[in-house]
Amino acid sequence: MTSQRFNQMFKRLEAKHEGAFVPFATLCHPDPSTSFRILKAMIDSGADALELGLPFSDPCADGLIIQKANRRALNNGATTDLCFEVISNLRHIYEDLPISLLVYANLVVARGIDKFYQDAAEAGVDAILVPDVPVEMLDAQHNFKLAAQKAGINTILIAPPNADEKTFESIAKTCEGYTYVLSRFGITGAENEFGRHPDEFKKLKELNAPHTLLGFGISKPEHVKEALRIGADGAIVGSALVRIIEDHIDNQDEMLKAIAAKVQSLKAATLKD
Amino acid sequence: MLLNPYFGKFGGMYVPEVLVPALLQLEKAFVDAQNDPSFQKELHDLLRTYAGRPTTMTLCRNLTSGTKTKIYLKREDLLHGGAHKTNQVIGQALLAKRMGKTRIIAETGAGQHGVATALICALLGLKCTIYMGATDAKRQMPNVFRMRLMGAEVKEVTTGVATLKEACNEALRDWAGSFENTHYMIGTAAGPHPFPTIVREYQKVIGEEAYEQILEREGKLPDAIFACVGGGSNAIGMFTKFLPTSVPLYGVEPGGLGINTDKHGATLEKGEDGIFFGAYSLNLQNRDGQIHESYSVSAGLDFPSIGPQHAYLKETGRVNYVAATDNEALEAFALLSLHEGIIPALESSHALAYALKLMRENPQKEQTFLVNLSGRGDKDIFNVYDIFKKRGIIGEDGQIDVAKINPKEDK
Repeated sequence: MTSQRFNQMFKRLEAKHEGAFVPFATLCHPDPSTSFRILKAMIDSGADALELGLPFSDPCADGLIIQKANRRALNNGATTDLCFEVISNLRHIYEDLPISLLVYANLVVARGIDKFYQDAAEAGVDAILVPDVPVEMLDAQHNFKLAAQKAGINTILIAPPNADEKTFESIAKTCEGYTYVLSRFGITGAENEFGRHPDEFKKLKELNAPHTLLGFGISKPEHVKEALRIGADGAIVGSALVRIIEDHIDNQDEMLKAIAAKVQSLKAATLKD
Repeated sequence: MLLNPYFGKFGGMYVPEVLVPALLQLEKAFVDAQNDPSFQKELHDLLRTYAGRPTTMTLCRNLTSGTKTKIYLKREDLLHGGAHKTNQVIGQALLAKRMGKTRIIAETGAGQHGVATALICALLGLKCTIYMGATDAKRQMPNVFRMRLMGAEVKEVTTGVATLKEACNEALRDWAGSFENTHYMIGTAAGPHPFPTIVREYQKVIGEEAYEQILEREGKLPDAIFACVGGGSNAIGMFTKFLPTSVPLYGVEPGGLGINTDKHGATLEKGEDGIFFGAYSLNLQNRDGQIHESYSVSAGLDFPSIGPQHAYLKETGRVNYVAATDNEALEAFALLSLHEGIIPALESSHALAYALKLMRENPQKEQTFLVNLSGRGDKDIFNVYDIFKKRGIIGEDGQIDVAKINPKEDK
């Protein structure tokens, strides 16, 4: 059986009538030690889980804000090893916190797929999402799925609004931990708010897919409320938080304060009446 | 999937889930169109009456003097638009129309694919946006203006070192949000399935014509064939017909300042297996898998990855992948202009440079070479002028001292 931390989190939150709030951050951004402090601030301010991006030279699914964060992290010396170290340091403090890793395929295959998943598990990662590997390619050429199972890691998949019935079924069947539901087409970014109201939550529930987190274009407490209202079990906020880091890049104390305040306000929006 | 997305262990379809339906739709449209006589007729009519196919083949008269080598040039530089790129954009644009798409996006390095895309969009009434690295837009300025003249919107990409790699990423990002009405017209035989297959099928006309032409002229197949390799579309277009034969094939990569420096684009020689730009292929990358910036004097070859079929053909050993340096390519550029009255694209100059190298190594050997002259060099003249001027190759009197371009110790 793969990691249960995400499942347990959803159970805990359901009992409390809360949705999940999951901030996204780029690992080692702007540098390893500041990154650790930022993530700690997020958790201490109420984040229910973390989704962490491994910096990549060519993040083709990401908008400008996260692209710049990736670039900055790499320029400041980020490596896969250093990113695992940051996660491992967090894991020592927060034993129950679900941690998901977003990583582009090349970083996985370059390390060796089995070794990557094994090392991630050892660092304390619960779930891995590879945004440029669609479900069709998950075990067709390289076996990401098997590597995840062997390492006890949840395989996270993205369910886009335009997937056909068959794809939804195979996503529902394969996905573990949580299902990443796209609020809209396109790439990450806070500029384009989510426009369409996805009706796939019902469909995914019928297919017995894992709990749903809505992502892309969510930047404000109203968006989080709206996500829960339309049927998501929680929301992921990335670019809006990464932008706060960028805006306060020269003043760490201010940065941490602003991050904490933003996370608190977004988490507060998940409390159901 | 209707077609095999793999080339041996390479290839595949590594894109965000949201783009999978668009790729499957494209694959289906392509397969249907291959079996649709009216589509094929429209394609062939446009190739003949608009693009100017077949292109001729020219025997070099002076470049080979003093040797027993014959060099034939397959004249894709004479194709409308100035390069082989026009062959496949016609096919893809017709597919886009067949799918009901009204807008085309494309990436471009040297600007040749951008120009080809712009011209076919102008002809067929499609909206057109071209992504081009800001560095490339500067060094290929004439092509930027050509695209804009033909109504294309050119978006300069400023991230990274602002070359072809960033333009590819940016086009993919556009497509993730726009695929409902937009076709991404990839310009080379790379990217996710089905692009490497589609581009090859629309480019293989180069080799098919060359095969007939060389038999007609020489009564036999050539002793070697040369094509430059950036993403790999003109090379795969030339090679496909000859793959089942035993003719030695050379894919010439950009050696930049030398393949043992960190300034080159020799992906096949120096690359590692990995997933980038939608496919499992070879890339220039570090230990973690971060993609390196490539380097070449030629914008069209300045790419840190390669079409997956070339990675496969390297693995099987069917094609010899070699490199020509910036200096060797610049010398070939000047020599072909000087001796034959043909200004080649800097990209194609790499293929010619390697043929000249083999010719010089064996001046007394009777051999017939076929070089794919994939594009013309008008776009490069300002850039090459600046390089020559800076290096003192152009004298006070304005004359070009060809011997200075690639000094002996470099050879």
